[in-house]
Amino acid sequence: MSPLNPAREDRGKLRIYLGYAAGVGKTYQMLAEAQDAKQAGHDVVVGYFEPHGRVDTIAKTRGLEMIGRRRIEYRGTVFEEMDTAAILARRPGICAVDEFPHTNVPGSERPKRWQDVQVLLDAGIDVITTMNIQHLESLNDQVFAISGIRVRETIPDWVVQQADQVVMVDLTPRALLNRLIRGVVYAPDKAQRALDHFFKESTLVALRELALRQTAHEVEIRQLDLEDIPPATPALQSSFEARVTGRTDRILVYVTSDPSSAMVIRRAKRVADYLQADCFAVAVDQPSVPRNGDAWEATERHLNFARHLHVEARRLEGEEVASALVDFARRNGITQIFLARPKERGIHTFLRRNLAQKVVQLARDMQVTIAAEREAPHS
Amino acid sequence: MENRRPTPEEMLRLAEAEESSKKLGLLKVFLGYASGVGKSFRMVDEGRRRKERGEDVIVGAIQPGITPEVEAVLKTLEIAPVLTLDGVSVLDVPAILRRKPEVCLVDGLAYDNPAGARNPSRWLDVKELLGAGINVITSINIQYIAELSERVAALTGKRVKATVPQSFLFSADEIVVVDAPPDMSMVRSAEGESEVDAARRLSELREIALLFAADVVDYQLAQYLARNGLEQSSGTQERVLVCITPRANAKAMIESGRRNADRFHGELIVAYVKQHDLSAEDQASLEKNLALARQHRAEIQLLEGDEPVDAILRFARERRVTQIFVGHSLRQKWWQRFTHNHVDRLIEQAKGIDVRIFPH
Repeated sequence: MSPLNPAREDRGKLRIYLGYAAGVGKTYQMLAEAQDAKQAGHDVVVGYFEPHGRVDTIAKTRGLEMIGRRRIEYRGTVFEEMDTAAILARRPGICAVDEFPHTNVPGSERPKRWQDVQVLLDAGIDVITTMNIQHLESLNDQVFAISGIRVRETIPDWVVQQADQVVMVDLTPRALLNRLIRGVVYAPDKAQRALDHFFKESTLVALRELALRQTAHEVEIRQLDLEDIPPATPALQSSFEARVTGRTDRILVYVTSDPSSAMVIRRAKRVADYLQADCFAVAVDQPSVPRNGDAWEATERHLNFARHLHVEARRLEGEEVASALVDFARRNGITQIFLARPKERGIHTFLRRNLAQKVVQLARDMQVTIAAEREAPHS
Repeated sequence: MENRRPTPEEMLRLAEAEESSKKLGLLKVFLGYASGVGKSFRMVDEGRRRKERGEDVIVGAIQPGITPEVEAVLKTLEIAPVLTLDGVSVLDVPAILRRKPEVCLVDGLAYDNPAGARNPSRWLDVKELLGAGINVITSINIQYIAELSERVAALTGKRVKATVPQSFLFSADEIVVVDAPPDMSMVRSAEGESEVDAARRLSELREIALLFAADVVDYQLAQYLARNGLEQSSGTQERVLVCITPRANAKAMIESGRRNADRFHGELIVAYVKQHDLSAEDQASLEKNLALARQHRAEIQLLEGDEPVDAILRFARERRVTQIFVGHSLRQKWWQRFTHNHVDRLIEQAKGIDVRIFPH
């Protein structure tokens, strides 16, 4: 039993190598660890590996047992995916799985690779995997604001929080750009496209900072697993207390059919995670307003999105949205309400601003946060 | 974390220094949180790869107790002779300057040189090499960063003598954090320390190292943006700007701001928009609020401008603020509080910034 995670013995352990762009060396680190583990006498296999034609990385697989991929035909093309069933049948002690956020081709048993990994962990297999910071769900809007790219393959934060260790794979943007120019990361045509878009220096620097801070946060929250055992030395005690005390926040997000709801949910959940606060999402249906099918569906989708991020979501009825919201908040001891920011002038804005005003007036004992929408950078 | 970031004045000085020293060698630093994470290996491995790519690389100094992996790489590199003064190894700066390689590896940046050496400490030797246009790749453990050493010593119980000022590391062209999951072999447990506390201690150190690297990166990002006249629309680090007025419920706002900034390892700034003709009573309550802000280690800013909302937003953009806290009251006069109109305009115009309203 590791002293770092005393509570999860039967389940496999997950280790994530976190980077901020292709080419920083995540896969190499994953394979190096697999090699070390094999050397130390563990039963190690590679469940999925994406070579990208990188010579150094491919050399690191030498001597490791590779599990064959599963071939799946979709619309006349054959795709190759990780063969989870074959790994389960093989039952290794440790399995290396590249590209954690990958979306499986339709027809696969599970839509996402991280779900395949859950199955491996449930079977008691330890997994070493790789991902980039931009795939973390709660950072989706910030990444969009930094890079102008809306990342579609995301992983809910709670999945990453389940990992026993998140390890930062660091490389400076300058070194990464040099590798890109030397053709280590991509073939020349793809490298040029990458340099023009995602691999702009300012984008890389910002993503790297996000990855460093996220890793620090992951290190910190793992300290909380140990909170039943108070530390003995004064220096450890003070940071322990700072983490454990003042955990009094409870956050409520107001969800509507408007697309901005997804962004507000992400932001509220991120703030809640950092403050170690409970987080709720609530939509309010007005009985007197005739039900609009599309809007109703959209709201439902947003509530499900909240549930997917492990936010408790409810649908309330109330003629007055603001008072329904504040009543719910009061009954549930909420300290902070998140609302979307009104986008433009016009009747819609008026209504929403009006909502914010009403909520502020009613919720005199709570804080009201108008979450900013994060826009792509102008270039 | 206190004093961990250069002040704006320091940044300016560094920027000027950078400006005036275009011909300097480049400094690259591998930063670790404990011995055994693999800093030295990363450093010599980079030296090896650069040599393979045709750069002229020498090793200026190596720390005692090297691993077999490091030793294997060292065999492929040219090692410069070191001086020995009073039984202590010292970089032979004149010899390296004469040899004038493109790249010099210096393992362990934090050493005090003995009396009679050319420079009192090794980082000054390195500075001299950089000044002569030699690129330096070096390694350092966070406990040797002057501004962090106190905090680290409280955790490890060991106080180090030789330190490097953090401004020197902020001036590095590249800083790489060498992260590794804590391994019990890295811990030399203090007497009677439990295994859990040893693990905790390593995690604390690891967190300090990651955040230090993030701060250096943030500083470099700010410089990059300034140099290229770019504006960052979304902050990479959380920065909370608490806007107070004489009558705001400043206590709740500042305390909440502190907690948010701490949990996000971000910055807390408390700002006040200057108003003329404040009553003695308002002036006194403002002073009290500012004192409270100081107590909570907030950076304090007096903003000037006819339009408080514009002044706040201008400042918030400049400093890449991510959350603005404002008070809101239905009762008082406008110069004592932010009115509906102010709050509305703030919400409307604070693009990319969260606005948190504190009713009172």
